[in-house]
Amino acid sequence: MSLLEVKNLRVEFPTRRGTLVALDDVSFAIAPGEVLGVVGESGAGKSMTGAAIIGLLEPPGRIAGGQILLEGRRIDNLPYEQMRRIRGREIGAIFQDPLTTLNPLYTVGRQLVETMTTHLPIGPGEARERAIGWLEQVGIPAARERIDSYPHEFSGGMRQRVVIALALCAEPKLIVADEPTTALDVSIQAQVIALLKRLAREKGTAMMLVTHDMGVIAETADRVAVMYAGRIAEIGPVREVVKHANHPYSQGLMASIPPLDRRVERLQQIEGAMPRLSAIPKGCAYNPRCPHAFDRCQTERPDLMPAGRTEAACWLHAEGSAR
Amino acid sequence: MFAFIISRLLQALPVMFTVSLISFAMFAYVGDPVAIMLGQDFTEAQRQQLIRDLGLDQPFFVQFATFLGNAVQGEFGLSYRLSRPVAELIAERAPATLELAFTAAFIALAVGVPMGVYTGLYRNSWLSRFFLTFSLIGVSLPTFLIGILLILTFSVWLGWLPSFGRGEVTRLGWWSTGFLTWSGIKALILPAITLGLFQLTLIMRLVRSEMMEVLRTDYIKFARARGLSNRAVHFGHALKNTLVPVITIAGLQLGGIIAFAIVTETVFQWPGMGLLFIQSVGAADIPVMAAYLMLIALVFVTINLIVDLLYYAVDPRLRVGRGKGH
Repeated sequence: MSLLEVKNLRVEFPTRRGTLVALDDVSFAIAPGEVLGVVGESGAGKSMTGAAIIGLLEPPGRIAGGQILLEGRRIDNLPYEQMRRIRGREIGAIFQDPLTTLNPLYTVGRQLVETMTTHLPIGPGEARERAIGWLEQVGIPAARERIDSYPHEFSGGMRQRVVIALALCAEPKLIVADEPTTALDVSIQAQVIALLKRLAREKGTAMMLVTHDMGVIAETADRVAVMYAGRIAEIGPVREVVKHANHPYSQGLMASIPPLDRRVERLQQIEGAMPRLSAIPKGCAYNPRCPHAFDRCQTERPDLMPAGRTEAACWLHAEGSAR
Repeated sequence: MFAFIISRLLQALPVMFTVSLISFAMFAYVGDPVAIMLGQDFTEAQRQQLIRDLGLDQPFFVQFATFLGNAVQGEFGLSYRLSRPVAELIAERAPATLELAFTAAFIALAVGVPMGVYTGLYRNSWLSRFFLTFSLIGVSLPTFLIGILLILTFSVWLGWLPSFGRGEVTRLGWWSTGFLTWSGIKALILPAITLGLFQLTLIMRLVRSEMMEVLRTDYIKFARARGLSNRAVHFGHALKNTLVPVITIAGLQLGGIIAFAIVTETVFQWPGMGLLFIQSVGAADIPVMAAYLMLIALVFVTINLIVDLLYYAVDPRLRVGRGKGH
């Protein structure tokens, strides 16, 4: 059984000028221990999906349809207090900017201890010992002394390690990592990703890794979901999506990554920009930018359908489609 | 830490020096103490004698040095109006003002902070709207009017609380307190509310806007994502991060409450320093005014020092070096 299952998720933002649909008909699953990469341009709904899963959508955003199931149990409609017990304990979260994610007024030890005593049946003494253990596991040198330091006494990379320790310390089964390396120096990014990957494998933790760094995805993820304008454009095993993408948008995305093994004169880019939420075109949202668009793309919205070894939301792969 | 206090005290010295220069200048340029003390009937010889006795024939800086030397020892001369040592008058009045001011500040904080937290958390509840409307009244009604309305309601109509004075006081050494008798406590209620109401609404609005600001930060979202209880998130993480600005304002306001309790003390005929000051202004009683000015400067300087120390305790980022010890 899947650990996490998202079915036809729809997230809406009621505004004065009408309702914006931020996520529409998003469906995917994550198996225990699996790493699902989620990629796409800014505003495609990657982070929004993560926020919906941990139940912390920014108001007025709300889940307007669909279901989120954790081990077969619906969690999208739980009362706040029950969802709170799941957050941290069963679904951990890592945010983008480690400089602002930690409370500046408390020592990292205190923040670790309070997270563990909230979720686990242990006292402060034992929690403190475990906190030291976690800091060691995420690679903080001299953890026993550093546990009483404040966040500002750590560098950005070290702080993100602390955040990772915080996300993992109550031993959740799933981690939602929202651009965990975007705010870090390039030299630190690889270290942090390697750490995340190693810990997830050791603990058997599944991960939803939101990023726009294809390199990170290629190296870390088992499967990858490409999002565009609030929908999943393509989802499949990471090698297939990177090498043999079936949706024109994923093809464009992959072509914009500089290859290391050969010289190219000029990187390809996708013409135009992703539509705003208030102006998503009829039919396939990608059709105005798509080099292969035909009549059906402008009138009818494609759902995910089998395409090669992945699934793509593209009429090019419809059975008996007239190309 | 110790060096920090010393440096703050050194910074306070020029402030105190400037204020003492101003208050001394009042002697030199406001009114003529000789004329005031001699009254209507005197000879020129008597006048010269008094000028010599008072040291007024000395150069300005010699006089100022003498004044400073005396001031440091708490010696401000005799009140023109009451012919008693100023230090004694102020010591007699200070407990009344300080008890009133601290009670008012306590009410303002004890009620204002929870109201601010509540209105920051539940922005749209009807109770929040009520608090906000109520705070508008507190901010916009002048103090004397609030005092008079309270007297009208609770003293005149309901007859529950006294309308003036301090009630019975108990002497503890040189300090006289109204906290130990029932009538003293009853007498304190209305003036303390009058004095504290403005501060209360100010603190409530400040805490509210700071809370709303802090609740949007990433570390609060992350605290929620870690599954901490609402209580831990709101009071442990959010409220503590609002404290620095709240301490700043509360400190300044406490100074203000002590210094400008004048209106409230007048309305309630509260026998404190403010009432003494306003009576002294009426009688051009310069020694009292000068001493009051210096005392208030000292109060502000002290409060600022305490505020700085509190910052230090609240925010580890302000502590120099590694966050070990205090």
